[in-house]
Amino acid sequence: MGRVKLPIGPQHPALKEPENFTITLDGERVVDVDIRIGYTHRGIEKLMESRTYTQNLYLVERICGICSYAHVENFTQNVEEILGIQIPKRAEYIRTLFLELERLHSHFLWLGVAGHEIGFDTLFMYTWQDREVVQDLLEMISGNRVNYAMNAIGGVRRDVSVEHQKKVLQGMDYLEKRAEYYKEVAINEKTILARAENVGILKTKDALKFSAVGPTARASGITVDIRKDDPYASYLDTPFDVITTNTNDVLGRVVVRVLEIFESIKIIRYLMAHLPVGEIVTKAPRKVPEGESISHTEAPRGEDFHYLRSNGTEKPERYKVRTPTLANLPALAEMLKGTYLADVPIIVAAIDPCMGCMDRVLLLKGNEKPGELVDGERLRRYSIKWFAERGWKA
Amino acid sequence: MVCGKGVEGIDILLTLLYLFIFPGFLFLFAFSLFTEYLDRKIYARMQRRVGPPFLQPFADLVKLAAKEDVVPEKAEHFMFTAAPIIGLAAIFAAYLYLPIVSSTGLHSFNGDLVVVLYLLTIPTLALFLGGWYSGNVFGQKGGMRVASLLFSYEIPFFLALLTPALIEGSWKMADIVHFEISHPLEFIVSLLGFVIALIALQGKLERLPFDIPEAETEIVAGPLVEYSGRRLALFRLARDAEMVVGAGLLAVVFLAGPEPIVQLEPVYLSWIVGALVFLVKTLFVIFLLILMKSAVARIRTDQMISFAYKWLIPLALVQIFIAIMVRFLGGI
Repeated sequence: MGRVKLPIGPQHPALKEPENFTITLDGERVVDVDIRIGYTHRGIEKLMESRTYTQNLYLVERICGICSYAHVENFTQNVEEILGIQIPKRAEYIRTLFLELERLHSHFLWLGVAGHEIGFDTLFMYTWQDREVVQDLLEMISGNRVNYAMNAIGGVRRDVSVEHQKKVLQGMDYLEKRAEYYKEVAINEKTILARAENVGILKTKDALKFSAVGPTARASGITVDIRKDDPYASYLDTPFDVITTNTNDVLGRVVVRVLEIFESIKIIRYLMAHLPVGEIVTKAPRKVPEGESISHTEAPRGEDFHYLRSNGTEKPERYKVRTPTLANLPALAEMLKGTYLADVPIIVAAIDPCMGCMDRVLLLKGNEKPGELVDGERLRRYSIKWFAERGWKA
Repeated sequence: MVCGKGVEGIDILLTLLYLFIFPGFLFLFAFSLFTEYLDRKIYARMQRRVGPPFLQPFADLVKLAAKEDVVPEKAEHFMFTAAPIIGLAAIFAAYLYLPIVSSTGLHSFNGDLVVVLYLLTIPTLALFLGGWYSGNVFGQKGGMRVASLLFSYEIPFFLALLTPALIEGSWKMADIVHFEISHPLEFIVSLLGFVIALIALQGKLERLPFDIPEAETEIVAGPLVEYSGRRLALFRLARDAEMVVGAGLLAVVFLAGPEPIVQLEPVYLSWIVGALVFLVKTLFVIFLLILMKSAVARIRTDQMISFAYKWLIPLALVQIFIAIMVRFLGGI
């Protein structure tokens, strides 16, 4: 057949979100990959500049449908840092609980998606049903399954009762048993091994070169975890291990995530046993003084990075979000080269992409289209002129 | 009717009944849809899902047949239309030779096993042609995969199915069935062949872990990507019917098909009993196919080819060697 250009996306069953991988194929081999992103740019950053900090709490949570809480955590940390607020210990623990519950459900979800990509739908159905246990716990405490609306600036909005703690621990016992089972399956099932071993190789030096983050980097033998490197919430008090493997392949990424499930369970048990007593929120002023702040958290997919510039009003002046998927894309292009077409979906899935969260703004690069920067005021005048020329009222 | 005499020579009405109603086309149609229901239901239950209601496959078929049927501009109109019809026709023709109600099919002759094997290869070819002439890059990619995988399962499938014929020394399914029922030891001797044929059949039907040609997450639906409406309905029916005929063939060759026959008067009563025995055995094979499907992930083209040449074909040759040895050592 010679060389064929196969478009994977923007609409394709393997991709849950619109993005485009144009793959040049030589037979079944991938020769070249061209990644196009930016299909789901939602203008969230711009929108945030027109809302108050309290309103932004809810907007920022909607950046992602899976790691929603990591974004809120970043946002509140940024605002609290500029305000100079120290949140109560109990609130810190509750936030950590949510961060870890989120990691649990994200990893269970990912395991199912990975199974689906290699045609193992039974695994997909199993893990997604177990994920419901986490979702139920989240709903029990916060009232919501996905966007928990737990954080307030200065603490959390809802407390965790003794009854809740008992239920959470019961849930952990169940999930631990299930995770044991998935560990067995992932390490022993012949067809999974055939599809995951030595597939999507990302060498340690390449992972460093392309700045991979999260489980993708950890599966290439890099010990990077924001929870350990720059502890936030209550991670400084909490004992846990950073999981790494050095197999550099998809199987390594599966193993890292499955083992991280155990670490999360360990952390949650510790938190439930050592939950401090006291207030859950401190009062925060509405206006945030002039200042700049950055915050990063270890979202289930990797380092989630937020930047805030405030100007002394009720609204932020600039807000910038960089999600882990964007950081992993250059590494992904490297992993895809030279693989089989059949491996493309699982390799893409192995970085746990979340394209909707990632897309920010599309910049025209190079000189194929001469462009110029236009500020808002000039754009407004232009539009008034444009309408006036046509005899319309602007 | 005497066992083994077949249905030749009975009156024309019964022949028509045999051909079109039972166990002919209408029955195959119903049984195929029932098989699809069973496949989806058991698969769902194993995944802790509820699964479809009983009439869902039929409803799907009716719905598809009523939908708009698009032939893409780039597609070769004639081949695009002919492919599903050829595939379905070949399976229906193969079905008629299977001994279902008695130890002979509609027409039993020396070599009917080879004819059935040949006819069962045609749907694969039809799928390749349909994908190739659809003018879609996914369809062509899928078609290429169909064609390149053909030999990796056809060879072990043929070798395994010829084992009982070698032991018995006949290419006639009626003889094989008789021999098996009078020599129960043959089940054990050809057990390896049965397992190989089962795995190869899974590949032939393009089911997990061998559903490479239509891997949804890679090439959308492969050869079927441009098909819609009636043509897609035909392809889906052909897929279900192929499962019935393939499983039925295994049941006949390895599990003695409709035997042991109970002699009853009038003749169609013994047909029904024979068909029931056949059904139970076929369903057993189908159940094994479903089990295999729910416990594995999809493998890659190169992995399937190397699996076939490293394991299936050598093992099939071992089975043939065993069969020849048994024959030379005086049979079983």
